Amino acid sequence: MTDDTQALIPAIEVIELTKVYGEGHTEVVAVKDVTLRVSPGEIVALLGPSGAGKSTLLTAMALINPPTSGRIIIGGEPVMDGDQALVDLRAFRRRHLGFVFQKANLIPFLNAVENVQIALEINDTPARIARQRAMELLDYLGVGNRANNLPEALSGGEQQRVAVARALANKPSLLLADEPTAALDSQRGRQVMELFAKVAHERNAGVIVVTHDSRALDVFDRIVEMEDGRLLPHSTSIERGGEK
Amino acid sequence: MNLAVRDIRHNFGRFAFTTVGIGLLLMLVMGMSGIYRGLIFDATLLVDRIGADLWVVQEDTRGPFAEISRIPANLEDRVRAVPGVALARRFVSHTIQRDQHGKPLRMVVQGLAWPEDKGDWVPLVAGRPLRQAHYEMIADLSLGLSLGEKLALGKDVYQVVGLTRGMVGNSGDGMTFFTVSDAMAIQFNTPGEAMRLERASRQARTENQDIGRTQPLLLERAGGPSNGIPELPQPQVSAILVTLQPGADTDRIMSTLSKWPDITLYTKQQQRDMLIAGPVDRSRRQLGLFRALLLVVSTIIIGLIIYTLTLDKIRDIALLKLIGARNRVIVGLIFQQSLLMGIVGFALAWWLGQYAFPYFPRRVLIETPDMIQLAFTVVLISMLASLLGIWKALNVEPNSVLA
Repeated sequence: MTDDTQALIPAIEVIELTKVYGEGHTEVVAVKDVTLRVSPGEIVALLGPSGAGKSTLLTAMALINPPTSGRIIIGGEPVMDGDQALVDLRAFRRRHLGFVFQKANLIPFLNAVENVQIALEINDTPARIARQRAMELLDYLGVGNRANNLPEALSGGEQQRVAVARALANKPSLLLADEPTAALDSQRGRQVMELFAKVAHERNAGVIVVTHDSRALDVFDRIVEMEDGRLLPHSTSIERGGEK
Repeated sequence: MNLAVRDIRHNFGRFAFTTVGIGLLLMLVMGMSGIYRGLIFDATLLVDRIGADLWVVQEDTRGPFAEISRIPANLEDRVRAVPGVALARRFVSHTIQRDQHGKPLRMVVQGLAWPEDKGDWVPLVAGRPLRQAHYEMIADLSLGLSLGEKLALGKDVYQVVGLTRGMVGNSGDGMTFFTVSDAMAIQFNTPGEAMRLERASRQARTENQDIGRTQPLLLERAGGPSNGIPELPQPQVSAILVTLQPGADTDRIMSTLSKWPDITLYTKQQQRDMLIAGPVDRSRRQLGLFRALLLVVSTIIIGLIIYTLTLDKIRDIALLKLIGARNRVIVGLIFQQSLLMGIVGFALAWWLGQYAFPYFPRRVLIETPDMIQLAFTVVLISMLASLLGIWKALNVEPNSVLA
């Protein structure tokens, strides 16, 4: 497969994805017939009011919440067909996906560099190389000087940067973030959003960010909105510095 | 990266506190095993050290330790006459309790066949073996007697001339060694009043008999000392210890002695087996049961602690699953903690035991095979104890990290 062909393959493609919780009188359709395609190097904001189904869609794309129907294709490889996994999901997540959440969810008994290192080691990277690469990532994200601190000694922004470093550790083709700036002040929040854009553009990863934060929308390549479990028909594509 | 060690380092206080508890429990398990070994050692100590190849005891008894045995003292002469026998010694053993300085003093009285046996085989820590036929004794240190101390037993006073260590009977009472005649004097000591009453009673019985009325001399003898009455039985001892000549035909000698209708014969090994199967057996089973219960309790405690530790980091485990950690990483985290708790607890138990066991009232004998067996058992119970935590961890959904 040539580089040109690879560039044409979406980072993720979601086709007519539906997620239903419960059944009968308690049935709730959280996501309905959503089709979404994100290219490598593209950063997409997923907006919508509470209960719109954003997080459900994100967790389905993260392969931790199987859809009721629809298909998910990541990096050209069919991964889910309805609720049937077509690959070893855990191994697939390990190799291809990165996650960042509202809370950093760092492992409290590991220091900053170890929190990144563990993601590499569970993907069979030798410990010494994993340590070196984790340090490089922390330096890249501007928290290298806090490498030996436990999470409890880090500020919210620093924790979130470490979480981003962990998400990037295995060079994922797709980075998924769920309200990553909710616990940060506006300045820190913007910094994190800019960081995601940098990751998408410099590392050619597809990035999808669920957010309520409208102050940093200018960093996104595209904004898609959800309401009542559906994607709204219009989506906004943004050129660097303005709408296109 | 070892997650188990890093988690323990982060929660060191709780891990250490719990492990000390486990260590104390395992020390008790180790102690139970040691007490059992000590029981056997104590029970067979005398049989092992006294140097007898055969034990001649009262017919149809399992004496002299498992039950009382009484045989005539002069049986030793008959035994000596058997070809191949190098030495036959009278042996007396019984337990007495006396008051010493206002406290009860229990001791096992062992009679040594003077002058053949002066107690040279008894391991002395102070003093010397017996040097005279009467009024000397060797005592175990556990009795609290000191060298040169005098002790009134029966009508006589005995001086401690030697001190030994670790010589106790199967009930844990310290041993004392006397000559056989002294041991018998202590055993059969009869108060003066009882003796006077017995003589009067004998005289009255004789007066009522025709023979007493027709034989005045007999009447006179009946009212006198017992040793003046020829019909009285021979002095009784507990056993005759037989030492065979080097190269003697043991089977032939045993065959000869076994034909005597008034005795029962045991080899040294049979005597040991009887002791272990008899007086020690119930204690052994009791200790074994306690040991098993303590191991079950230890397993449950380790299991609950590991389960609690797992619950505490269930979000971290969910996160590990989310980022793709294999099950063996998660199982390893929990299992290694459980194993480490067991192993450190075991080491702690061993270390604490070095200081605690010598203060136990009974001998605690820690033997290497028992330690190895317990170490394997600890590994096994650590594995079992981690199962609940592992089950919980493997069932957590990766998306619960988002909750």
